[in-house]
Amino acid sequence: MLTIKVLGSGCANCKKLEAVTRQVVSEMDVEAEVIKVTEYPDIMAYNIMSTPGLVINEKVVSSGRIPSVAEITTFVVNALEAA
Amino acid sequence: MTTLSPVSTSPNKRLLVTLAVVVIAWLAAYNIVQPLADWISYSALGLARDSRLGESVAFFLYDVPKILLLLSGMVFAISIVRTFFSPERTRALLGGKREGVGNVFAALLGIVTPFCSCSAVPLFIGFVESGIPLGVTFSFLIAAPTINEVAIILLFGLFGWKVAALYITSGLTVAIVAGFIIGRLKMEGYVEDFVWKIHRTVDVTEEKLTWVHRIERAWESVKEIVGKVWLYVVVGIAVGAGIHGYVPEDALASILGKQVWWSVPAAVLIGIPLYSNAAGIVPIVGTLIEKGASVGTALAFMMSVIGLSLPEAVILKRVLKMPLLVTFFAVIAVAIILTGYLFNLVL
Repeated sequence: MLTIKVLGSGCANCKKLEAVTRQVVSEMDVEAEVIKVTEYPDIMAYNIMSTPGLVINEKVVSSGRIPSVAEITTFVVNALEAA
Repeated sequence: MTTLSPVSTSPNKRLLVTLAVVVIAWLAAYNIVQPLADWISYSALGLARDSRLGESVAFFLYDVPKILLLLSGMVFAISIVRTFFSPERTRALLGGKREGVGNVFAALLGIVTPFCSCSAVPLFIGFVESGIPLGVTFSFLIAAPTINEVAIILLFGLFGWKVAALYITSGLTVAIVAGFIIGRLKMEGYVEDFVWKIHRTVDVTEEKLTWVHRIERAWESVKEIVGKVWLYVVVGIAVGAGIHGYVPEDALASILGKQVWWSVPAAVLIGIPLYSNAAGIVPIVGTLIEKGASVGTALAFMMSVIGLSLPEAVILKRVLKMPLLVTFFAVIAVAIILTGYLFNLVL
């Protein structure tokens, strides 16, 4: 079971990243919980300086951009291997 | 940036070939724009060369493809440069710089660091919390949105490098001066308290980017930026073309000319509630200059529209208490007005 967090205060890019992430998760059919983190104190705990940020199992995998579907898939695969 | 993305190993030959083909096609297209625009306006449409309509149409048909080509090409180049300046690296470069020098560095880095106003808050917090002085942080936050790549490219494409250089200079001046003044005012107490209490629980490592990554990222930002602004460019140039053909030279000199002392503050005040991106405002501002508005006044108007925006104020309200937010806007407004006067005086 993966915990995936999308960090962002609700801007357009953050919503898009959430949608892409959910799509990847459902296509790969992995068990994962996708959580939106919208409060700045919580976002900043991950030490990122640009949003949106993507966190898988408490590890920041990207920030400041929307990774492609292929990239997110790789992130998920890596996280599953590490788990 | 903070990704640990998969590193593609071999340098991607196909990508390089594609890139070369695109560059050649770009150069070819850029060179046929003028003859094509003339041919369509004067031969295909049969408009008279010195007619107002003919001039406006040729101006429009030439400028739109030229600017869109310039925009794509230069956004690509700038985005490649920007992959070397992540916000994290900028923060590291600014760490330990004192006020003064720090303000200058911050304003300069504001030009090259990728910035989107939705990231203003994380940036602000990241800077302040790592010990960068408040005034230096503000210099960055003023320069980054105001001196943006779209503004520079459009000014360069439509009015030449001199106007573009002037705009960069005035933006830098405003960012440095306003940031320095805010720093002197010692308003740290007006930053929301939670900013000082944030605990970083995760350490991030900077990602290693290959050239293939950089090119892919740059291509992504071309698609994103050009996709977002092309319509503004077309509408802006259409309005500009209309003014170009139909409004007499010097029509605006009596309202927006140098000798009208109140024109600069008036331009800035009008600019604050107007919110547009650079793409929409540049063609119009440039045309104003052409028709007799003084350069200082026009640039002040442009900086006010782009740099002082209400949406950004709303975003920054999350981390700044009211007195600081108001001071922030007031100081920038005054700095813009002074810069406008300065340019009216020396040009």
